[in-house]
Amino acid sequence: MSKLVKFFAAALLSGTAVAAVTPYVSAQQIAARQPAVSSPKLGLGRPALPEEIKAWDTDVRPDGKGLPVGKGTVKQGDAIFQAQCASCHGEFGEGVGRWPVLAGGAGTLKADRPDKTVGSFWPDLSTVYDYIKRAMPYGNARSLSDDDVYALVAYILSINDIIKDENFELNEKNFTSIKMPNADAFYDDDRETAEKQFWKKDPCMKDCRSAPKVTGRAISVDVTPDGKAGPKVD
Amino acid sequence: MSDQSSADIRSRRRFLAGAGVAGAGAVLSAIPAVAGESAKPDPLITEVQDWNRYLGDGIDKRPYGMPSKFEKNVIRRDVSWLTASAESSVNFTPLHELDGIITPSGLCFERHHSGVAEINPADHRLMINGMVEKPLVFTMEDIKRMPRVNKIYFLECAANSGMEWRGAQLNGCQFTHGMVHNVMYTGVRLKTLLDEAGLKPNVKWLMLEGADAAGMNRSLPIEKALGDVILAFAMNGEALRPEQGYPLRAVIPGWEGNLWVKWIRRIEAGDQPWQTREETSKYTDLLANGRSRKHTFIMDAKSVVTNPSPQAPLKYKGRNVLSGFAWSGRGTVKRVDVSMDGGRNWQTARIDGPVLDKSLVRFYVDFDWNGQELMIQSRAMDSTGYMQPTKDELRKVRGVNSIYHNNGIQTWLVRSSGETENVEIG
Repeated sequence: MSKLVKFFAAALLSGTAVAAVTPYVSAQQIAARQPAVSSPKLGLGRPALPEEIKAWDTDVRPDGKGLPVGKGTVKQGDAIFQAQCASCHGEFGEGVGRWPVLAGGAGTLKADRPDKTVGSFWPDLSTVYDYIKRAMPYGNARSLSDDDVYALVAYILSINDIIKDENFELNEKNFTSIKMPNADAFYDDDRETAEKQFWKKDPCMKDCRSAPKVTGRAISVDVTPDGKAGPKVD
Repeated sequence: MSDQSSADIRSRRRFLAGAGVAGAGAVLSAIPAVAGESAKPDPLITEVQDWNRYLGDGIDKRPYGMPSKFEKNVIRRDVSWLTASAESSVNFTPLHELDGIITPSGLCFERHHSGVAEINPADHRLMINGMVEKPLVFTMEDIKRMPRVNKIYFLECAANSGMEWRGAQLNGCQFTHGMVHNVMYTGVRLKTLLDEAGLKPNVKWLMLEGADAAGMNRSLPIEKALGDVILAFAMNGEALRPEQGYPLRAVIPGWEGNLWVKWIRRIEAGDQPWQTREETSKYTDLLANGRSRKHTFIMDAKSVVTNPSPQAPLKYKGRNVLSGFAWSGRGTVKRVDVSMDGGRNWQTARIDGPVLDKSLVRFYVDFDWNGQELMIQSRAMDSTGYMQPTKDELRKVRGVNSIYHNNGIQTWLVRSSGETENVEIG
């Protein structure tokens, strides 16, 4: 910590007026330190060390921020996937039981039962890297190296036909050049305009509709854990 | 007290008891099917019961109290076919067994992605890094030295009622609506912590990250983060339960539960959203045209009648209490209407108890039932004028593939036997 910063922090802690230290700090530095709303510091917490930040700060954004230096090929990813992932996700990402399906599903998003896979649905490739790195393999999270994760992402791209060459190598330099098939299909929440009919001043209270008829019953679906109905009434 | 005066009291009690029995008899005789059957004295009254004679348990039998053994059915329940494993799953709050607006800590539904992280608070760390002046690490003790707030908020999973998009599927409000709870949180404002680290001027988003084996992460717009967001260490006056994020969780009032990162260990400041697995592959709303809404954070106004409901049928003709609750992520609940005839005619329910910002409210309709079939519905209106839509209105704009944010009006069919079921009406 520089002497200057130390002085600045000490001034804030002791409640010294900020004006008193301005001669020693450029306007730019003050703007950087002071967000829109300033408030006195409590002086709690301690500086995070670079090694600590490195240990936890593994997140990756769509623009590539956070990608570590590393590389892995489809072929390498295939081997890791079969050993670490296939028991839940299937050899080709087809899913086992109720575990997530990772591949396929192209063209099903308007269908009655859409298959929302990495290939058919996920808008950003960075999500795949970020999630594998933090949470996979299930039950042994954070055990994969950065290169392992690059290789797995490459394999998942290949089983989704986004990459066709098994020798393709994914790395931090070519990562952001890969566009996901469903990337343009997402847009921000527009409920307040698209659903403005749900804001109603005077809801109907009397004779609001024709006599209702039962059109579907949960008991005919018969999937409720506690049996077909609730407690019996004698 | 003299013998004389205690004798007076005894005789007065006898007199009052006699009057009570006569009064009850008069009321019961108005319901022919039930009344007049028990002219015999009730042995529960005329015979001394064990609990009235023998000593009960001493004070330390239940040092951390548990509910009565007669309430053993009041538990969270899961739907095993919903998920692949119990560690990445959900269970449901037994809404029909509760009253008032506060959910007991042990009944708040659970949703985990890699099981419950068991963390010694002494080992917990919270890091703030990214676009800040000074990356910081806090211990729980640091956080507990900061100014505190107490707030009551509902927490609803965006997938609550998600199994009902295509039609009535689960027969019980515990399963159709049980991914919501309402507790008092104690904690510190997120802004207090951010001020310590000093946000850079162009910060627009934060990423919240959990310490569990899923490393749960979500992006949060900075305006919300600096508003009413809390990092809580207590709920309902006690430390957070492990399944609710002990020792520290995010509280994002009115916004979908997935954002309320449990076991929170890191907050990164940035200038754009991270598009994490939870906010792209999950918790986006796929519409009928194949396009998807993202960042649908706010939970719209919603309500449900909890009694009667399939797990809580009507048992008596005559006087009954209809009860339920309503909530809105956009503000307070302004009004709740109830229909007994499937939405044809409505009456405004009585809200009793606190009406708070982004909290459940409890509503009641006291009514007489003569055994006719009922189609019970409730609809909530919030302080912005948003009115809970019918399921059909909702399906018209969202299709049936949305999974999340199903706040359509629920219909319970009460049959003449009193049995109640989850139905769709047309």
